[in-house]
Amino acid sequence: MVRAGRRFLSSLPALFGVLVFTFLLMRVLPGDPAVFFASGPNAGKEEIEVIRKQMGLNKPVPEQLMLYLYDVGSGNLGRSMMTGQLVTKDLRERLPASLELTFTALLIALVSAVPLGVLAALRPGSVIDHGVRFFCALGVCVPTFVSGLLLIYVFYYLLGLAPDPTGRVDIFASLPPRRTGFLLVDFLLAGDFDGWWAAFRQLVLPALSMALFVVAPLARITRASMLVSLGSDFVRTARSVGLPWWRVVVTYALRNAILPVITIAGIVFSTMLGANVLVEKVFSWPGVASYALDALLSSDYAPVQGFVLLMATVFVIVNLLVDILYGIADPRVTIG
Amino acid sequence: MTSATLRHAGWILRGNPLTAVAAAGVFLLTLIAIFGPWIVPYDPIVSNVSQALMPPSAAHIAGTDQLGRDVFSRLIVAARLDLAIAISAVGISFAIGAVIGAICGYTGGRLDRGVGRFVDVVMAFPLFVLAMAMVAALGNRVENIVIATAIINLPFYIRFARAEVNVRRNVGWVEAARACGDSHLSVVLRFLLPNVLPAMAVQISLNLGWAILNAAGLSFIGLGVKPPTPEWGIMVAEGARFISTGKWWLVAFPGLALMLTVLCFNLLGDGVRDILDPRMRT
Repeated sequence: MVRAGRRFLSSLPALFGVLVFTFLLMRVLPGDPAVFFASGPNAGKEEIEVIRKQMGLNKPVPEQLMLYLYDVGSGNLGRSMMTGQLVTKDLRERLPASLELTFTALLIALVSAVPLGVLAALRPGSVIDHGVRFFCALGVCVPTFVSGLLLIYVFYYLLGLAPDPTGRVDIFASLPPRRTGFLLVDFLLAGDFDGWWAAFRQLVLPALSMALFVVAPLARITRASMLVSLGSDFVRTARSVGLPWWRVVVTYALRNAILPVITIAGIVFSTMLGANVLVEKVFSWPGVASYALDALLSSDYAPVQGFVLLMATVFVIVNLLVDILYGIADPRVTIG
Repeated sequence: MTSATLRHAGWILRGNPLTAVAAAGVFLLTLIAIFGPWIVPYDPIVSNVSQALMPPSAAHIAGTDQLGRDVFSRLIVAARLDLAIAISAVGISFAIGAVIGAICGYTGGRLDRGVGRFVDVVMAFPLFVLAMAMVAALGNRVENIVIATAIINLPFYIRFARAEVNVRRNVGWVEAARACGDSHLSVVLRFLLPNVLPAMAVQISLNLGWAILNAAGLSFIGLGVKPPTPEWGIMVAEGARFISTGKWWLVAFPGLALMLTVLCFNLLGDGVRDILDPRMRT
């Protein structure tokens, strides 16, 4: 825990850096949002001036930065010009949708990549091994948005198995009372199994298309790290004393091979946060990324800054989790 | 290249014909990018509404889009723009990253730590989100896609060049060059950089595929390239509207083009790495 706390403190400067960076990015560079939000291209000078004042754009840049930092510190990320709501409120409403999607995708990816990697490592050079390598080589080449659209074509248009690929639930369906914001959990808590199934069906395709892209690095690292641990002395010893093979593989070899997989899973998670933007657009998923994208295309500063900051925070938290998992997977790490 | 290296390369290519195929693919792609506009059967921009949304046929082997433009012709013409974006982005970040990284690795100390911290901040971040924010802030133009892609690639090159130079900073020939009166700058630029370039060439090839995917992703969400310019990402975006009515060719063919291009660059990168550094072979 002490270690995790120290890690958290050491990631604060990075968070601060991200904060300043996004601020500079959005404020100093060209493009005057006041003109954009004025009534039209022939809006009067006074009108633009009023909007500038309202947005605090007439103050010197360092002062704007201080004001921004103060606001963020007091939990105020500003107001979105698009929705007219507080950015924190918008983000809080939409974050569960994004997290539900990302975590499901990560789960799918891990559940398929780890066994694939283990199988490939057990029989290096076999058909399975080559199959996994081929799949991995292809997997990193197909853009997420293309695989998502092709999945829609196959499962919605051709087979009719998947529901209409827009949003988290059918527009006519009734939502469960909001407790966690994760629809799968909320439906379960409400005891509405039909609703759960409907939400699950909506979630499968976007989660799959996101998972497809990240299975490759995970399977590859599992294979490499399993090869090392299968060749080690303790596995030979475990085999020679006649332990059942699944115990040798799972308890001894896999447990020792899992550390690099956790590291890569952390990195993969960051990639997925980025891929969220593409997948949410393809499936009209009402998450934070599509919110930020809409804001971005209409030069609405506050939501984009809030989104970037949120992503950085999520990323720091996930890194902490990875650290804690490290300690669980390998107790030696915590001592060191 | 010495004859031993060439022989080694030949041995690798025989043992790994995929690398040869990938190299041929990249060569073909380059030809298409250069001569594309002259070899296409149809004009990629002019619309022909009477032929809209036709599935693949003998006349239009990849079908036509919602304005009746030939998808195949657009794919071919788009190759130049897609490759140009990726190559210039990777070129920029390679040139800047190699020099910054080499200087950091050579001098060490406070500058090294400062840059290292900055690189950590940038890398610890969903890079696509960063690129998105940059394009939006700089302005919605193709040049800015190049700049954004270059910046998100930069940390990898800085880190790579830094590590490679750092292990070589105290070797004999660096000391010899210093003793002969070469300045620090000259040691870095004339001796250390050329030494780490081969290793970095592998990074370039692997990175090109990644850069192509990033650039296509950016134009897919509506940043940078504007219609009617043919570009793979934007072609997928335009085709996306018709996918739930079964017009698969609008998405599948640009997707295939992206996939094959990235695959060729990745396989080539792996192959080049095997030739240059047999120990890294997986």
